[in-house]
Amino acid sequence: MTVDATTPDRIAVEGLVKRFGEFVALDGVGFRIRAGEIMGFIGPNGAGKSTLIRILCGLLAPTAGRAIVGGIDVARDPEGVREQIGYMSQKFSLYDDLSVMENLRFFAGIYRIPPSQRAERMRFALDMAGLAGREQALVGTLSGGWKQRLALGCAIMHEPRILFLDEPTSGVDPMSRRRFWDLIHTLSAQGVTVLVTTHYMDEAAYCNRIALIDRGRLVIEGTPAELKHHALGGQLLRVEGGELGRLLHDLPGEPGVLDVAAYGNALHVLMHEDADAAASLRHLLARRGLAYARIEPAEPTLEDVFVHMVGVARQPASAP
Amino acid sequence: MFARIWPLVRKEFQELRRDRYALIRLLVPPILQMLIFGYAATFDVSHVSTALLDRDNSQASRALVARFVDSGRFRITATAHRDRGITDALENDKAVVGLVIHAGFARELAGNGGASMQAVVDGTNSNTALIALGYVGQIANRYASDQAALRADSRQPLLYARLPQVGLQGRALYNPNLDGKWFFVPGVIGTLLLMMIVNLTAFAIVREREVGTLEQIMVTPIRPWEFILGKTIPAFLIGLAEAWLIGIVGVLWFRVPFTGSVWMLLLGTVLFLLGAVALGLLLSTLSRTQQQAFAANFFVLNPLFILSGFAFPIASMPDVLRWIAAVNPVRYYLVVIRATFLKDVGLSVLWPDLAAMAAIGGALLVASILRFHKSLE
Ligand SMILES: Nc1ncnc2c1ncn2[C@@H]1O[C@H](COP(=O)(O)OP(=O)(O)OP(=O)(O)O)[C@@H](O)[C@H]1O
Ligand SMILES: [Mg+2]
Repeated sequence: MTVDATTPDRIAVEGLVKRFGEFVALDGVGFRIRAGEIMGFIGPNGAGKSTLIRILCGLLAPTAGRAIVGGIDVARDPEGVREQIGYMSQKFSLYDDLSVMENLRFFAGIYRIPPSQRAERMRFALDMAGLAGREQALVGTLSGGWKQRLALGCAIMHEPRILFLDEPTSGVDPMSRRRFWDLIHTLSAQGVTVLVTTHYMDEAAYCNRIALIDRGRLVIEGTPAELKHHALGGQLLRVEGGELGRLLHDLPGEPGVLDVAAYGNALHVLMHEDADAAASLRHLLARRGLAYARIEPAEPTLEDVFVHMVGVARQPASAP
Repeated sequence: MFARIWPLVRKEFQELRRDRYALIRLLVPPILQMLIFGYAATFDVSHVSTALLDRDNSQASRALVARFVDSGRFRITATAHRDRGITDALENDKAVVGLVIHAGFARELAGNGGASMQAVVDGTNSNTALIALGYVGQIANRYASDQAALRADSRQPLLYARLPQVGLQGRALYNPNLDGKWFFVPGVIGTLLLMMIVNLTAFAIVREREVGTLEQIMVTPIRPWEFILGKTIPAFLIGLAEAWLIGIVGVLWFRVPFTGSVWMLLLGTVLFLLGAVALGLLLSTLSRTQQQAFAANFFVLNPLFILSGFAFPIASMPDVLRWIAAVNPVRYYLVVIRATFLKDVGLSVLWPDLAAMAAIGGALLVASILRFHKSLE
């Protein structure tokens, strides 16, 4: 499977490597995103998410590999790509000392939106950001959520077909986040392809597909459902009413136990897939003399998947 | 073609308007520095102790000596009868300047060849000496031209001041009162303008890089030349306003006469600002942080100032420095600005300086466009 400019996917990435001197920030990343799809990238700090987006925007040159965005090889023709994309950087990057309207007008001008459409597009971005009535407010005086929505507004005013959002909801309250994701879904329904990074697990569930990235490698990728059901490679059990500290300390390393993690007042234990994992765990607890109230199968959350997968990816033995 | 430049220009002025200290920053320092420079840095000399050796001892030579004394710049402290006498006087600190009028001075002055005299200076006090030397040239030249004017057949006689240690016959300016301020105030306008504008622009791009707004601009389809021009034009307009401000203070406060053409001064200022703005932007593209920009600024501005001819004559510098000075836009601007202030010279005289500034400014602008990559690396 090779990536070239004729690929129908809006974004196609293959064997992408980025080095900063000795440091490898991206280590052979490959994936595809179809038109209208929302793909979420999740990963710990320093995983390489921002680096990936910057390469796709043509802000950084890849050390190796290829990235096709909107049918154009980014490394060859970054300007061709820029006509088609909108970008929200992780760090807020509008002009703080300009008003809401002045920022919108500035980007409308830079993107050369025809004067006949300018007023309407700026209106649209303003309404979308929920900033109608605050046109004259200095952007520096807006709170985090408003700023992020305005940044999104500025990024989509020129109607890009592809949108890169780097942690668009960090530092935004849950209500505003919800609204933000509604906007993303509206755009996606109109055919806009969205690549978004986040640290919030609940947000990952809003994506059509999710990729887990850790230390420059794409660990796993799939729909939320696929990840929940296949990625763990075992059966997840919920243990209630036990002594959390002891269980967390004693269980790891026991035969059949793949992973143990605290989950609220309960414990999530990942057991080897076998006929009756619950029975083997009961047996194990009894043998170690560990008390508990109840064991029941648990529906894995994406958080379970990611915590587990990052752990697996970081074990030396499983590293290819 | 300018569709993307106008929003940038407008944005720069909107930011400036929001910056409540901008006006103070742009108005106070130039006026203050103008006053300080104007008073303190006139490098003025008067009553310089002078040793005289008049070999001609004619009416003409005595008239010339009288001119030196009457100017108030020179005071004859020793009269020599041999070459030795001059050197002795300089060595014994009896005089800073030695004037030698050669035998046949009066005859040569009346004839076609250049009459010659010689000035020797005490190099240990080079600043005073050089300025004194400048006055020697001016007084002698004026004497010669007065003599020429007196004569019916006005074939140009030349009074050639042969100055053995320092050749200061570059561009002596017409300054009838030999007032140091007149000579220096236009120079202050030029150097102040340079400092203000390079300072303003050196941070123009690097600040946006640090704040992060540059990253957002880079992902738009804007072209590097559009971005650089969008940064150039506002700085250029501010520079033009500054030039008027400083110039008006110079004329009104120091009463420097403005004898030349406003249009010539405007043309020179426009070309000079082109270079100053482009230089600042180039420094800005070369810096990653504002701190680096500050350091680069300091590193570049000082040599430009020293090699401008503001205080130290370029003609007397070693070759290497003269070559560097040849690409210094300030140097040409000082010529233009002094010439337009103090004498009414036209394009026919100033075109080489104007052309040099245009070339330097153009080259710097192209360099900063080429240097500006839309990349974070
Ligand atoms: N210009 C650069 N020069 C050197 N190293 C860099 C550069 N940019 C990023 N890195 C390094 O590359 C790694 C990946 O950084 P990146 O910003 O892509 O991570 P991230 O996944 O976006 O992290 P976060 O969630 O904290 O935003 C980090 O270790 C970072 O220090
Ligand atoms: Mg990041």
